[in-house]
Amino acid sequence: MAAELHVALVAADREVWSGQATLVVARTTSGDIGVMPGHQPLLGVLESGPVTIRTSEGGTVIAAVHGGFISFADDKLSLLAEIAELSDEIDVQRAERALERAKGDDDASAERRAEVRLRAATAR
Amino acid sequence: MGAQLRVYKRRIRSVTATKKITKAMEMIAASRVVKAQRKVAASTPYATELTRAVTAVGTGSNTKHPLTTQAETVTRSAVLLLTSDRGLAGAFNSNAIKIAEQLTARLEREGQEVEIYIVGRRGVAHYNFRERKIAESWTGFTDEPSYADAKKVAAPLIEAIEKDTAEGGVDELHIVFTEFVSMMTQTALDDRLLPLSLEEVAKEAAPKGEILPLFDFEPSAEDVLDALLPRYVESRIYNALLQSAASKHAATRRAMKSATDNAGELIETLSRLANAARQAEITQEISEIVGGSAALADATAGSDR
Repeated sequence: MAAELHVALVAADREVWSGQATLVVARTTSGDIGVMPGHQPLLGVLESGPVTIRTSEGGTVIAAVHGGFISFADDKLSLLAEIAELSDEIDVQRAERALERAKGDDDASAERRAEVRLRAATAR
Repeated sequence: MGAQLRVYKRRIRSVTATKKITKAMEMIAASRVVKAQRKVAASTPYATELTRAVTAVGTGSNTKHPLTTQAETVTRSAVLLLTSDRGLAGAFNSNAIKIAEQLTARLEREGQEVEIYIVGRRGVAHYNFRERKIAESWTGFTDEPSYADAKKVAAPLIEAIEKDTAEGGVDELHIVFTEFVSMMTQTALDDRLLPLSLEEVAKEAAPKGEILPLFDFEPSAEDVLDALLPRYVESRIYNALLQSAASKHAATRRAMKSATDNAGELIETLSRLANAARQAEITQEISEIVGGSAALADATAGSDR
C-alpha cells in the first residue's frame, strides 16, 4: 500500500474534514503546491482558492479555502483557514448571487471569495 | 378573610411568580453553557494547529518581528476587557472589572499609559459611569461570539501594536477575561497576549519535549510569521470570548439557582406565617362565638328568674 497523508482541514470554528489522503493540492502565495507523502516539512501561507484532496479511497474532496496556512510534517498535513467550505456544502445559487452583489459593490475581496466558492462547487 | 392573611397570600403569589421566572432563566442558562462549551471545543483544533505553527516558525528561524520582540521601555499598553452585555450573573462582571482595575493600577505604577478596550455593555457602563476614557468598545455579541466578532475586536488592537509608540501605538497587549474552569468554577484572569514569548508558546505546544522538524517556509519565514501572528491573536481573542461567554452562562445559572432556592425558602416562611394568621383568625372567631353564646345564656337565665 502506498504511503498516506493524514489530512486535517480546520476552520476557525470547526473541523471541516479529516482523513487519509495520497495527494493534496493547494494554492500558496507563491503558486500552487502539491504535497504527497514524504514531502519535506513545510509551512506556507495560503491564498484563497480551491484545495483538492485526493483521498486514499480514490475519491476527491474539494474545498473552498479563504486565507490560512498549510503546514506539513511527519506525514501529517493541516490546512488552517479562517473560513473553509467543502464543495458539496456550497450553495451555488447563493454564491452566484454573492458574486453579482460583490461585482455591483466593487468589493474585490468579496468577489474573489464568491468566485473561489463557485470554482470549488463546479469542480466537483 | 382577615387583612393579615390576605397580605401574606398576595406576597406568596408574587414570590411564586418570581420563582418560576428565575427557574426558567436557570434552565436557559444551563442549556447555553453546554452550547458555549461545545463551541470552545470546536475551536480547539484550529487553536492547537495555529499554536504549533507559530512555535515552528518561532523556534525554526531567527526571525525578528515586532509582535514577538519585547520593547526596551514600555510606555503604553492596551488592555482588552471582556465582560457581558447582560447582568444577572452574580459577581461575573465585577470580578472581571476588578482584575482589569488591578492590572491597570499595576501598569500605571510601572509608569505606563493604559488604553482600555472593552467588550460587553456592562464593562462599558462601568467605565462610562466613572467618566473614564475607553479607547474602543464592542457590544451585542457576548452571548454567542462568532469568529467574525473576534476579528472585529482584534483588528484595531493589532493595528495599535504595529504602530510606533511615538505615533500613538502600544507596546504591549493584555487581555482580561473569565476562564471557564468547570461548571462550578470560573476565574477572572489577566494574560499578556503580545509581545508573544515564544518559549512559553513552545512549552504549551510541546509539553513532552517533542522536537519540531525543520520547516521549509513558503514564501519566507518572515512572510509566514507576518501572516501567522495576527491570526494567532485573533484565535486567542476568539477563544477568550468563547470562554467568557461560557463562564457568563455558568455564572447566570448559579445566580438563578440561588435565586430560585431563596424564593422557595421565602414561600415556605410566608406560608407558615399565613397558616398561623389563619389559625389565629379561627381561634378568635371561635372565642367570639363562645363568648357570645355564653353572654346570651347568661341573659336568658337572668330573665327566667
